[in-house]
Amino acid sequence: MAWTRKVLRVNLTDGTCTPEDLNMDWAMDYLGSRGLATKYFVEEVDATVDPLAPENKMIMATGPLTGTVASTGGRYTVITKGPLTGAIACSNSGGYFGAEMKFAGWDMIIFEGKSEKPVYLMVENETAQLRDASHLWGTSTWHTEEQIKKENQDPLIRVSSIGKAGESGVLYACIVNDLHRAAGRSGVGTVMGSKNLKAVALRGTRGLSGIHDFPAFMKVTEEKKQILAENAVTGEGLPSFGTQVLMNVINEMGALPTRNHRDVQFEKANDISAEAMAKPRESDGKAQLITNAACFGCTIGCGRISKIDKEHFTVVNKPEYWGASGGLEYEAAWALGAANGVGDLEVLQYANLICNEQGMDPISFGATIGAVMELYEIGVLDDETIGLAAPFGSAEALAELVDMTANGVGFGKEIGLGSKRLCEKYQRPELSMSVKGQEFPAYDSRAIQGMGLTYATSNRGACHLRSYTVSSEVLGIPEKTDPLTTEGKPGLVMAFQDATAAFDASGLCIFTSFAWTLADIQPQIDAACEGDWSLEKLSEVGERIWNMEKVFNLEAGLTKDDDKLPERLTTEPAKEGPAKGLVSGVPEMLPEYYELRGWDTDGKPKAETLGRLGL
Amino acid sequence: MQAKLKLFASLSDFLPSGAQANQIDIDIGDGESVAAIIERFHLPDRLVHLVLVDGVFIKPEDRAQRDLKDGEVLAIWPPVAGG
Ligand code: SF4
Repeated sequence: MAWTRKVLRVNLTDGTCTPEDLNMDWAMDYLGSRGLATKYFVEEVDATVDPLAPENKMIMATGPLTGTVASTGGRYTVITKGPLTGAIACSNSGGYFGAEMKFAGWDMIIFEGKSEKPVYLMVENETAQLRDASHLWGTSTWHTEEQIKKENQDPLIRVSSIGKAGESGVLYACIVNDLHRAAGRSGVGTVMGSKNLKAVALRGTRGLSGIHDFPAFMKVTEEKKQILAENAVTGEGLPSFGTQVLMNVINEMGALPTRNHRDVQFEKANDISAEAMAKPRESDGKAQLITNAACFGCTIGCGRISKIDKEHFTVVNKPEYWGASGGLEYEAAWALGAANGVGDLEVLQYANLICNEQGMDPISFGATIGAVMELYEIGVLDDETIGLAAPFGSAEALAELVDMTANGVGFGKEIGLGSKRLCEKYQRPELSMSVKGQEFPAYDSRAIQGMGLTYATSNRGACHLRSYTVSSEVLGIPEKTDPLTTEGKPGLVMAFQDATAAFDASGLCIFTSFAWTLADIQPQIDAACEGDWSLEKLSEVGERIWNMEKVFNLEAGLTKDDDKLPERLTTEPAKEGPAKGLVSGVPEMLPEYYELRGWDTDGKPKAETLGRLGL
Repeated sequence: MQAKLKLFASLSDFLPSGAQANQIDIDIGDGESVAAIIERFHLPDRLVHLVLVDGVFIKPEDRAQRDLKDGEVLAIWPPVAGG
């Protein structure tokens, strides 16, 4: 049993921390992390709950392989109902926090209610206590982490916290752990803030015991690590260039959404790419990129550690930002850069630093700025309303607006509500590039057709990490498909969705899937966990998780209308590149997708589908 | 005839001098294939992974038959990924 079999229930209203046994029957059907925590969540929370009400709960959960020697076994997931989307929110993070939760003896922590005053949870092995956090409220995630370590005189404590964004109601606030790793999307940090929970601090010294078949587990994890090491992508490509290497690939394919999806290629893509990060700057002769970094137990190490140019206008008087810090990763660089037409690598790094420091999803923030800049260009917003000039491409505006949003100042408050609410307020709802209210990531669905369907059907709103068909459509993993056609994509998306759910439930990182398939994860789970964990069972677990999330969304009031892309992508053809003249084929793919899923024409799972999955 | 050659990530090292922002204009012969250009610039097999002409993927088995035309852009990457 790789589970610790213990759940910590924290009632913030009463100030109590109560241990419980893990429901092992559910563990057998939902595995862990995203799967098992969502099962707890849907059983305990009314789907129609106001996401920011005390009745909403928030669960931080590990998987059975979290904290083990399996490569990338450091992941944890935050499950709640998302304030940005009104749908299930499920955000996954790396770093070291997840493994520490296991070492302290817990599979998951369930937070319920709302504290009267700001508090943080301190867990030291079996001891858990809510402590006053008034002195931390109003401070950044970086300060919070440092302060908690200081006041407990223990530098080895692992901390997840919210910054000012989560406190001030930015609807896409994230939870940051280990300084620059984040459960980033859908506003999980906003929910944490609504509960007056500033941070969760963990110290675990028990290690991990109870691996079901220890010799078999050691052998199989070693073999699988070898595969990662020998694979050209996970052994060389990702550690050397990080995810940011995609900037030029996606731009060349005419799939880089630019200026709020008006264009599909960005003339300054190379200036904000992995290649640019590795190039010595003219100003100081140093490259922005310092080194790569890895999360707990990871043998890939895709993370970027960089230093901003001290002379750059954003930080010339702010030495606190001169040190090495996390980023830029591809999604953030795209959202802060191409999505707004901003081609200044240093200002992107600055905006990314602020997003990490104050706990804000850079994808939703950046993409919302894209909408603000378009509204400014067409005269709907002006200098007076925003408080500054905000044309596409303005590095100054980006730098100013990230500060205003993170601190909840002036027009920043409106930006903090996300592009959907902002565009609705200014009566141009069609300019929000989002699904279910969550902004798109970095792939244009006119040029990578599978990604359009991925976004439309993602249970947590537009997201690339629910079914990353870019693997197949761009990179040829596991096999190459044509990004411009819709044929076969419903099946492809479904297969990716189910497999990804199973990967997530295990506690491992989805980036292993560039070298591994579910068949590589399966023997690791089977050796670590009691019970029968065949490939068929794992695939079914993935499908079960997907359907469970979908049912929650339907009960929350979402409908087929929420599985729709903005009109721009289905009516305005791509202007250039290989997809020139094409729109997204989501409307024609969706019925086939519903049918393959065993759902009716309204996108509702049929009774026999739910019955087959035991839902 | 001229085409544009773009080399990225670790293939950047194989760009001839004069290249800027990972690209350079190159003269191409009539009927010169993608495979011939890859050979001309001594790009190691194991690093030639993702090959695009004007943004469209060229399968490994088609590289010898696909002639590069005037004004086209040939872009090549080693095995990479992202998310
Ligand atoms: S591949 Fe990257 S994101 Fe995944 S665990 Fe490793 S370092 Fe973290």
